[in-house]
Amino acid sequence: MIEIGKILRSARLVAVLATALAISACANQAADNAGGAGGAGSASTPGSQQDFVVNVGDRVFFETDQTELTALGRATLDKQAQWLTNYSQYSFTIEGHADERGTREYNIALGARRAQSTRDYLISRGIQAARIKTISYGKERPVAVCNDISCWSQNRRAVTVLNAGS
Amino acid sequence: MISNKLVFNRRRLLVGAGAGALAGTLPILMPRKAGAALRVEITQGNPQPMPIALPEFVAGSPAETEIARNVTAIITSNLQRSGLFAPINPAAFTEKITNSDAVPRFPDWRVINAQALVTGRMTRQADGRLKAEFRLWDVFAGQQLDGKQYFTTPDNARRIAHIISDAIYQTLTGEKGYFDSRIVFVDETGPKERRIKRLAIMDQDGAGTRYLTRGDDLVLTPRFNPSTQEITYMSYGQADPRVYLLNIETGQREIVGNFPGMTFAPRFSSDGQRVIMSLQQGPNSNLFVMDLRSKQTTRLTDTPAIDTGPCYSPDGRYICFESDRGGSQQIYVMAATGGPAQRISFGEGNHSTPVWSPRGDFIAFTGQSRGQFSIGVLKPDGSGERLLTSGFHNEGPTFAPNGRVLMFFREQGAGPSLYTIDITGRNELKVPTPALASDPAWSPLLS
Repeated sequence: MIEIGKILRSARLVAVLATALAISACANQAADNAGGAGGAGSASTPGSQQDFVVNVGDRVFFETDQTELTALGRATLDKQAQWLTNYSQYSFTIEGHADERGTREYNIALGARRAQSTRDYLISRGIQAARIKTISYGKERPVAVCNDISCWSQNRRAVTVLNAGS
Repeated sequence: MISNKLVFNRRRLLVGAGAGALAGTLPILMPRKAGAALRVEITQGNPQPMPIALPEFVAGSPAETEIARNVTAIITSNLQRSGLFAPINPAAFTEKITNSDAVPRFPDWRVINAQALVTGRMTRQADGRLKAEFRLWDVFAGQQLDGKQYFTTPDNARRIAHIISDAIYQTLTGEKGYFDSRIVFVDETGPKERRIKRLAIMDQDGAGTRYLTRGDDLVLTPRFNPSTQEITYMSYGQADPRVYLLNIETGQREIVGNFPGMTFAPRFSSDGQRVIMSLQQGPNSNLFVMDLRSKQTTRLTDTPAIDTGPCYSPDGRYICFESDRGGSQQIYVMAATGGPAQRISFGEGNHSTPVWSPRGDFIAFTGQSRGQFSIGVLKPDGSGERLLTSGFHNEGPTFAPNGRVLMFFREQGAGPSLYTIDITGRNELKVPTPALASDPAWSPLLS
C-alpha cells in the first residue's frame, strides 16, 4: 500500500516537472487533479476549468489540526483571486477536508473551518461573497489513500471547485 | 426500501404471556437454599468464566428440531461472547435431555463441572405460534433458579434466544443483560476515496443485517431514539449536509430543523423528545437542541470554538460534549439547559466523542495521544481515567444497554470494523459484519 503510494507520487512529480510550474505543492496537486491522463495542462484554454486547476492551482494545504492559511496557501489564493476576478462568470464551492487522524465529527467541523479561512481570504482579495459556497467533507473524501505523513498532508486541504453550470 | 421483516411488533411477542413474559414463569420445582445463590462476579472483569452447560433445546415435534438447535446456538454464542461464561463442549454431556420439564440428573452435570445448566424446549402451537420454554439450574445446589415460557411467531425465534440469554445473564450476574438489542451502524463499501456508506441495522451479535439507506448519499453517525423506532444521523443529500430523522418502520425521512448552515453530530435526549446537535456558523460549531414536537430550537453553547459530540446523562440533567475552546479537544460537562461548562478530561492528549453510560457511572471517549487512538472511560467528575484499548485507529465508543460493554470501530489497513470490549478492558472481540463497518450505536434493550 505504502509502496504504491510512493510510486504514484513519483509519477506526479514527473508531471509537475513537465509543466514546469514553480510552486511544487500546488503544481503537484494540479497535475493530480488533471487526472494523470497524460499531457497535463499543456492544452488548457484560458478561462476554462482546466486552466484554473492546472495553471492556477485549485487547492491549498494545511498543517496538522490547523486552519490558518500557510504562506504558500495565501500565494495560491492570490492567484485564484486574480483568475476569479478575470473570469467573473464562475461561482464556486470551497470544499474543506481533513486527514484521517482525527475523529469524524471534529474533522467535519475542522474541514468547515478550513473552507471558511479560504473563503474569508478570497473575499479579502475582492471576490464577492455571493459567488462562494462552502462545504466540509471532514475525513470522508481523501484524495491520497495511504498511511504516511506526506500522504496525509495532501488530504488536509481546501479545494476551490468551479461550478460547472456557471 | 425497508423490509417489513425489520419491523418488530413487541406486543405480538407477549401474546399468551398475559401481562408480560414473567406471567409465564414456570413453578419453581424446589425451594432455593438461603445464601446458596449461584453468581458470576462481573465487576472485576471475571478472569474465571462460569462453566455452563447448554444442551440442545428439545423440539416439541421433529419440525422444530432446526429452530431448537438455532436458538440453543444463539444463546450459547451470546453467553460465550460476554466473556462471563464458558459453555461446555456438548461432547462431554452424558445425560441427554429429552424432557425439559423433568429434573435433570445433577450428578451427570456435576461430573463435567457444569455450575449452571440450561434446558429448554421449542414447540409449535396449533395456531402456528412458537412456544419457547427454558429452565436454568444450579447444578451443585440441585435446584432451579429460573424458568420462563414465551409465545411468539416463528420469525421471532432469534429474539426469543436473545431474551432467554438476557434472563440467564440477569439471574447469574444480578444485572440486566444486553443481548436483546440492536446496533445501527454505517456499512462501507468501495475504495477509500469514493467510499459508499449506507445505514444498516443488525442484532448486537452481528446477525440479521438490514440496510436502511441505499448508498446514494453519504451518511454518518447514526443514533437510536431511546423510546421509538427512530434514528437520527447526518447525511449529505442533494443540498447542504444536514441532520435527519429516519423512522425505521416506515422509512419516512425528514430534515431536523431549518438551520442556516451545516448541522451534524445529532443525538437524542434520554426521553427521545429532543435532538441535540452541532450547527456550523462561520469558523465555529456550537450546540443547539430542538424539541421534536414544538420544533423550537435553543442555543446551548456560544463560543468561538468547535463544540460537538454532545451526549445527555441518563437522567437528562447534564450534557457532556467535546470542545477545543481550551486549545485542544477535551470533554466538558454542563447543565442540560446550557450555561457554564466544566472541563473534566485532564489525561494525556485529546479526548473526544464522549458517551455517557446508561448506568451513569462512566463516560467513554476516544483518546488521542502520540499518534495513537484509544477507547477509554472516566467518571463524570473526571476521575478514574482508564484506557481500554489503544492503536491506530480506534474511535467512537457506544455503550451496551447495561453499561458493561462498549462497541467501537477500529480503522486498519483494509478499512474499519466493529469491536466490543468490556469496560474492564478485557474480552476484546470483533463483531461480524457483511462489509466494512463504522459508527456503531447501541440500542436500548428491546424488551
